[in-house]
Formats: sequence, C-alpha cells, structure tokens
Amino acid sequence: MKESVVSAKKPIKTVIGPIHPALKEPIKFIFEIDGEKVIKVDLAPGHNHRGLEWMATRRNAVQTLYVSERICGICSISHSIAYCRAIEQAADIEVPVRADYLRTIFAEMERIHSHLLWAGVAALELGFDTLFYKAWEVREDLMDLLEYLTGNRVNYGVLQIGGVRRDITPDQHARINKSLLNYTILFDELYDMFLEDTVLRMRCRDTGVLTPEDALKLCTVGPVIRASGIATDVRQDFPYCAYGDLDIKAITPEALAGEVHGDVFDRIIVRLLEVKQSIEIIQQSMKKMPIGPLTNFPKLMVLLNHIKQAEGEGIGRHEAPRGEVFHYIRLAANQESPLVWKVKASTYSNAMSWVKMLEGEQIADIPIIVASVDPCISCTDRVAMVDKGRTSIFTQDDLRRLSRKKTERIRQGLK
Amino acid sequence: MFRLPMVPRVLKQLFNKPATNPFPARHLPKSITRFLEKVAAGKAELVLPLEVPEGFRGKIGYNPEGCTACSLCARVCPANAIEVNREEKTVTVYAGHCIQCGQCTEVCPKNNLFMTKEFLTATTDRYSEEMVLT
Repeated sequence: MKESVVSAKKPIKTVIGPIHPALKEPIKFIFEIDGEKVIKVDLAPGHNHRGLEWMATRRNAVQTLYVSERICGICSISHSIAYCRAIEQAADIEVPVRADYLRTIFAEMERIHSHLLWAGVAALELGFDTLFYKAWEVREDLMDLLEYLTGNRVNYGVLQIGGVRRDITPDQHARINKSLLNYTILFDELYDMFLEDTVLRMRCRDTGVLTPEDALKLCTVGPVIRASGIATDVRQDFPYCAYGDLDIKAITPEALAGEVHGDVFDRIIVRLLEVKQSIEIIQQSMKKMPIGPLTNFPKLMVLLNHIKQAEGEGIGRHEAPRGEVFHYIRLAANQESPLVWKVKASTYSNAMSWVKMLEGEQIADIPIIVASVDPCISCTDRVAMVDKGRTSIFTQDDLRRLSRKKTERIRQGLK
Repeated sequence: MFRLPMVPRVLKQLFNKPATNPFPARHLPKSITRFLEKVAAGKAELVLPLEVPEGFRGKIGYNPEGCTACSLCARVCPANAIEVNREEKTVTVYAGHCIQCGQCTEVCPKNNLFMTKEFLTATTDRYSEEMVLT
C-alpha cells in the first residue's frame, strides 16, 4: 500500500455513496476531512426516483391510494392518511367518527413499530448489536398485532378514501390490550437499556448537535426538531382525525432530563418517550371510540364516480413517525385520475440538517448522526433530471424557473 | 456511576429459547431441494411456518364459476394485474403482479375473487401455471 502524507492544511475530499455498504439507501455524501474531523459536508440525493406521482396521473383515486401506501415501507399508513385527507378535502367527503378513531389507532401503532425499528438501527450504527436484536425482537409483537388487525405486516391496505376498510371488533380487544400491556412493561426495560447505559450516553451526548435556531431555519420536522427543544407536532398544533379529542402534547427532551442539548441522545429520548405516548393514545382511543359506520361510501363505484365529478384541490398533513408528511391533490372534473399529486416526505425537510450536525464531528460518529435523523431517502426523491447536454447542477434560480414552468403547464391543463 | 444494564439481560438470554421460528429446519440445510426431497421420503422433519391470522391477505384466488366479467376488479386494481376480455367473458389474474391489497375481493359482486392464506409463492417464473389464474 502506498503511504500518503497528509498535509495539515489541506483537507481530504471523501465521497461516500450513492451505493455504499454503510448506507441503506442511495444517497451521496461528500465529506471534506482533516484528520479525524469532518470540516465540510455536502450531499446529493436523487438516485432513487420512482415516478410515483406520474403513476398517479394514470390511475384512478382508489388505485393511487395503494401507490401512496408504497411511498414508504415504514410510514405506509402515514402517507395514505395524508393522501386520503387531501382527496377528502378536494372532493368534499365526510369521514365517520369511528373511522377517524381507527385511523388514529393504526397510525399510532405504526409510530411504535417505526420508532422501535429506528432504535434498533441506531444501536446497530453504534456497534451495539445486542441492543439492536433486542429492539427488533420487541418490535415483532407489534408487527404481529398489525398483521392480526389488518392482514399484512407492512403495507396494511386498511385505509379507504372516506373511511377505513377494516374494523376492530370487540373480540380483538383482548389481543390488543395484551399487546399494549406487554409494551408498557417492555417500555421500562427499553428505557433502562437505552437511557441508563453509560457507554451509550457517553457516545451520544453532545454528538451531532442541532441548535434550535438552526432547526427552525432549516424547517426540520418531527423528532429532529422536537429533540432540539421546539415543541411542534402536527397532532398537537393542527389536530386531525381523532387527535383533537385526545390528550396530546409534543414531547421535548426537557420532559425527562430538564435540559435540551439537541444531540443524538436527545433524539433517542424523544423517540422512546413517543413510544410511551403512542401506547397511551391507543388506550385512550380504544376507550373513546364510538360505534358507527366505517365509511360513508360502502360502494366503491359510487365513491369513484363522486371523485370523478369533483373539482378542486386539497391538502393532507399527517405527523408521520419521521415528521410531517404533506400531500397536495388537484382534481379536475370528469377525470378519474388526479391532475396533480405532490408529495413531501419528512426526510425532505430533515436532510439539510445533516450539514449542520456533521460539521466538526468525528468520522466515527458519521453513521449514528446520519441515522439519528431516521432518513428515508427513497421517499424523498421526487425529481429526476434526464435531459442530456445540460449542466448537472441546478441552482435555486434554475429550479424556481422550472417549477414555475410546471405550474403554468398545470394551469393550462386545468382550463 | 458506570452502568451497563444490558449485561445481565444478555446473560439471561443465554438460557432462553430463540425468538425466531426455525423454518424450514433447525439448522439451515446445505441444499433446500435435497432437504425437501428428504422430507418427502420421510427422512427429515420440516418445521412448519407460523400460522397466519384470520383475514390474512395471501396469494389471490379466483373462481371462474359464475363470473360475469363485469371488470369492476380490473378498474380498482392498482397493479393492473387483472385482465378482462369482455367479448369472451374471461378474466385472467396475474398473481405475480398482484400486490395483495385485496381491493378486488371487496368490489367483486359475485365473490369470485378471494384472498388465500398462501404466502410461500416464490418462483422463478411469474407467468407459470400457478401464478396465472384463469
């Protein structure tokens, strides 16, 4: 091997990705490294564009629901809730109260399993494999519960525009209560394993700090902004589904430690406490859930015809486990497929916070800092540039010009 | 104070049974095909996969009897896995394309489409006989 002499003044440029064993999804990182220290970070997503929004324009609203479910494997309920709410707003569809409660319950179950999955991944990135296995073993019970209630472990297919497809029957309550009780006990165990472990605390305290000012400036969402001490949560700020009836408060690390660092450890605290909160939300919803119909459109063809005749636009927001997801829908009269479907996944807002978090950190801390955001790269990719002979870097002005052009195109299509 | 709460748990775990169901055998056989041949000959025992719950959405099933080829199923199928020939009144369901959402089973007026509990459907040919239902 050739020995290379590193000058103290000139940092080395290292590229990781788009495909790299350390990354679970394709994203390119460009690090400028001086010794063990990260000086500058740049990132380039855009390697996993799947054209889902385009697919929606060739399918009707019910077909697109299942496409929306497949934007993200983990937040599948979150994206379909946001999509359904957007369509319901655009086509003026009322959702029965029971369906709202059921949506809440399924969404919170998803949050528990997503946060436990993240806890496992974080432990893996820290090199703490025992904890990784433990977290995923704990998660399995909830996956079984979701399979029992919805018929599948992932991509539950339980939502429908205007309601839900499956009910929780009284004889299923016993199984749910057993699982929730199990998780209440397990939560104390997980709490002990994650937050009382000295090695884990030493590793994560004050690494990957994101100050509240930066968090606000970069428009981060979800557990990332809450770990920086800013109590924002769509469920609390703009209640939807059944969240308005329930007792929900955005969780910040202050609740536990009394102080906010905005580091990786705080993100662990926030996610673990949210697991506990979700258990409480499910218990509350199960008690308060009224009896009633599941949907106002039992006949699917009536629903499709209603959406076909509707004209207008709608937005749907949902607090997914990773942060807020946002869907925009534009429906045109006498057209089955939506005219525009725009999806903003939560990692889209959180990706730029990596730059602030990683600067000045050690190389060994890169994996855990990257994982602490709970990134979902393929959900984020909404654009692919395929034109040949153009510059490969698009500046802000270029993108603005292109998006204005697209908006104009859509407007013309509306007339 | 220095604490490692994981250590006693790991020691306890040493005496616990694994949480995973050892499917298809306790130890991974060198060749699955040869192992299955042995099972057929009665020389080895197959560890069965866990039971799936009621309402599980497995491989799609289709019963052509009484089907009117109304094409409602094809209209709601997100994967376009159902092909309807209205002239000959035949329906072809491509299970290899199906995403098992179960939407067609709900919309079918004659209940000719249904979800089975079958989930071991891995195959090298997605157009093989058992994957194309007519």
